[in-house]
Amino acid sequence: MVLCCKGQGWSMGASAVPVIIFTILWGVVGIVLPFVVPKGPNRGILQVILILTASTCWLFWLCCYMAQMNPLIGPKLSNGTVMMIAEQWGNKIPDLVKP
Amino acid sequence: MAPKQQYSLLHDSAMGSMFRSEEMALCQLFIQPEAAYPSVAELGESGIVQFRDLNADVNAFQRKFVNEVRRCDELERKLRYIRAELLKDGVTAPDSGEPPRAPIPREIIDLEARLEKTESEVLELSHNAVNLKSNYLELTELRHVLERAEDFFSEQEGGGGGELTRALASDESAATGGVRGRLGFVAGVVPRERVPAFERMLWRISRGNVFLRRAELDQPLEDPTTGNEIFKTVFVAFFQGEQLKSRVKKVCSGFHASLYACPTSQSERQDMLKGVRTRLEDLNLVLNQTQDHRHRVLLSVSKELHPWMVMVRKMKAIYHTLNMFNMDVTKKCLIGECWAPVRDLHLVRQALEDGGRACGSSIPSFLNAIDTGELPPTFHRTNKFTYGFQNLIDSYGVASYREVNPALYTIITFPFLFATMFGDAGHGLILFLFGLAMVLKEKSIIASKSKSEIGNIFFGGRYIILLMGIFSIYTGLIYNDIFSKSINIFGSRWVINNFTIADLKTYHELMVDPKKSYEGTPYPFGMDPIWQLAEVNKIVFLNSYKMKLSIIFGVAHMMFGVCMSVVNHVHFGRPVMILLEFVPQIVFLLLLFGYLVTLMIVKWFKYAATNEEFQYTEACAPSVLITFINMMLFGKDEVLENCVSAEMFPYQSQIQLVCVVVALLCIPVLLLGKPLYVLFFGHPHATHHKSNGDINQGLELQPEMVEVTTPSAGPPQAHEEEEAFGEVMIHQAIHTIEYVLSTISHTASYLRLWALSLAHGQLSEVLWNMVLRMSFKTHVGYLGGIVVFVIFAFWASLTLAILVMMEGLSAFLHTLRLHWVEFMSKFYAGEGYAFQPFAFKSILEAEDEED
Repeated sequence: MVLCCKGQGWSMGASAVPVIIFTILWGVVGIVLPFVVPKGPNRGILQVILILTASTCWLFWLCCYMAQMNPLIGPKLSNGTVMMIAEQWGNKIPDLVKP
Repeated sequence: MAPKQQYSLLHDSAMGSMFRSEEMALCQLFIQPEAAYPSVAELGESGIVQFRDLNADVNAFQRKFVNEVRRCDELERKLRYIRAELLKDGVTAPDSGEPPRAPIPREIIDLEARLEKTESEVLELSHNAVNLKSNYLELTELRHVLERAEDFFSEQEGGGGGELTRALASDESAATGGVRGRLGFVAGVVPRERVPAFERMLWRISRGNVFLRRAELDQPLEDPTTGNEIFKTVFVAFFQGEQLKSRVKKVCSGFHASLYACPTSQSERQDMLKGVRTRLEDLNLVLNQTQDHRHRVLLSVSKELHPWMVMVRKMKAIYHTLNMFNMDVTKKCLIGECWAPVRDLHLVRQALEDGGRACGSSIPSFLNAIDTGELPPTFHRTNKFTYGFQNLIDSYGVASYREVNPALYTIITFPFLFATMFGDAGHGLILFLFGLAMVLKEKSIIASKSKSEIGNIFFGGRYIILLMGIFSIYTGLIYNDIFSKSINIFGSRWVINNFTIADLKTYHELMVDPKKSYEGTPYPFGMDPIWQLAEVNKIVFLNSYKMKLSIIFGVAHMMFGVCMSVVNHVHFGRPVMILLEFVPQIVFLLLLFGYLVTLMIVKWFKYAATNEEFQYTEACAPSVLITFINMMLFGKDEVLENCVSAEMFPYQSQIQLVCVVVALLCIPVLLLGKPLYVLFFGHPHATHHKSNGDINQGLELQPEMVEVTTPSAGPPQAHEEEEAFGEVMIHQAIHTIEYVLSTISHTASYLRLWALSLAHGQLSEVLWNMVLRMSFKTHVGYLGGIVVFVIFAFWASLTLAILVMMEGLSAFLHTLRLHWVEFMSKFYAGEGYAFQPFAFKSILEAEDEED
């Protein structure tokens, strides 16, 4: 399945690193750990818990990631907020810098 | 022990006992009469069997052990009396730590004797105390009368003149009234509230010729029988003549006034007073000694009262159970029937052995598992963690026998869906700590036996609350909402690089353009923190995201539910239903709502403001909802201006047409599949093996594995579950309509995940902006510090009351509804009845609650 042909409009606005990290993290929880669960009367229950937790939490993270990767609108800020963000988050607006 | 091994290998306990309810066996117990009591006691301690009443049609008074039950009732009555007396004295009977075992017959006789003795002693002491107190009361009243009489007569002296007073004050010989011209009197004590009526009555009967003097007593007097304290008034009534005297006396007796002979002369009164005082002191001494003795007797019993109570209750329970047994005359043994989990049958045998050994019986009791066509009870083996979740499911309906158990998945899906709606890491932390506190202090809270109903409900759900808190912290971090504020750990992916000072002066609101100010890849964990600051269009963005999220999880949850029905179809031996019911259901769901989810995900990937092709920028992004509606209505999509087409991907309209047509074709398959199959091939499930339920049938030792679904060798009999074709058709029609409509309505119902999350976020923001932020804005300096301190209290209490408690309960309720209706309606039958084992623990707990 072709995912990243510009002609078709598919855009991977996603960086590979977080996807790989979180998929591996929840993959370990949901696929690897169930094999390691100690034997006992509750083994089945613990396996189900691990698998369900991993799948729901991974899907939840993924939905949030996918919703933000190709934004159609941007945040609409008040002018005061713009000034504050510019100053605090590292991009001072040039005219504002007083000598 | 070979049979035990046989069980654990041959059935699916290895899968986790919560996957479906346990296999149950109907057992007959053959017990020797002398071993009956200890065997049933052992079974009660272990709590693993549910007895069936074999004497249901027999009157309670005609049962075999009715005398023993009466004895127990009598003992209970005596214990209750002693406990009431203990309470009167203010002594508490402490609860024993470990509940004692049921008493053996020898202990019962000892107990009876001891209780008899104690009860009679206490009764006698109480009786004596009452007598003594009456005496004490009379003497006290007499003393008061004598003391006040002093005043009355001296007033008389000081009052009017004349021979009356002189006659009264002088020589005693003429003091006894009755002589004409002399005033007679009666003295006594009457309850204070009756005084006005008393006076009026005296006035009336004497036509005003009675003179009443009275003085109220400050201290109340104790009534001997009830122990109530009553305020009384001393009075002296003066009158003339014998007739009046008898009338006055009648009135006094009518008003429960006690009359006392009061000497008229001063010295006589003084002597009498002295005598009364000494007698009072003596009487006081005796009373105190009696009280002490009673107290000592009660104290000596108080420590053992609770264990005795427990023992008697256990005894009564055992005899009630024994009353359910049948006495087999020929075999000279008691026969009982009970349901027991197959996994625990060895424990039942163990209990019977122990019982037999305890009474030294030579003939062993034994157990015999019988085949039956009756529906066994549903038993889910739970521990303290899983019990809460199982309870949530059982509140809707107890699972049918051996049906797949949704509670296993509820352990995670319930807290997760709750967290989707609650979504605030700060409030989640509070919830988590609350749950943690209850869990860590489990033992002490259970031991305190609190009666608070709400507290007990919260305590029962402590593990649910703990998990809800953990998941809420996670979803709160992803929503980037901590007490309505966001945190910026990784650096926002939106940069302010496109505004000049002129822009800032001209416009009040500025949109950060994704084409120029977006870094290209999203914030790695959760929602970008800049959105929290975008007061204007934050909700627009979040709405789109959360609605899609809700639909995605809703469709996933429902598909999971439909897939559960496969497990049921396989287990109950009707695999053809997978083809006739499951496949149309899942295809319908997938082709319509799975396609909706696909559209959402495609739009997330394909359309971006930063795309070079105009067709795939935000100007031409089609609305998923409109596309879906048009697909269902076979309508045409409107093409936006300058855009090439309304399609997201090539051949979209063709694919949509195929989806809708195939989905619509599933409906007649669902509607007619099962009825036609029943018409031509009969009912698809395995027929049940029926027994006639006769006791003697099970006498030969059969193999103990009980398989309820063994196919019968003979022709299938008319089962009570077999329905006529017409009924099957109607049921299937209802089921089809319900399913088709519910796919749409339930999918929309999952939007409550979005709605509650929005409400929670807004409430949280309002609370911050309108309450806490006020304290930062208005004052500075030291005064500001104090103001912050005070307003923080308001903010914190409102947060706890509204956001944690109210929103928490609301989200809990909605999650419960989602599980019960949207998830479980896809596969759950819930027509079983719960397994209620004969267990002393539950009987004692139930009786404790009644107390």
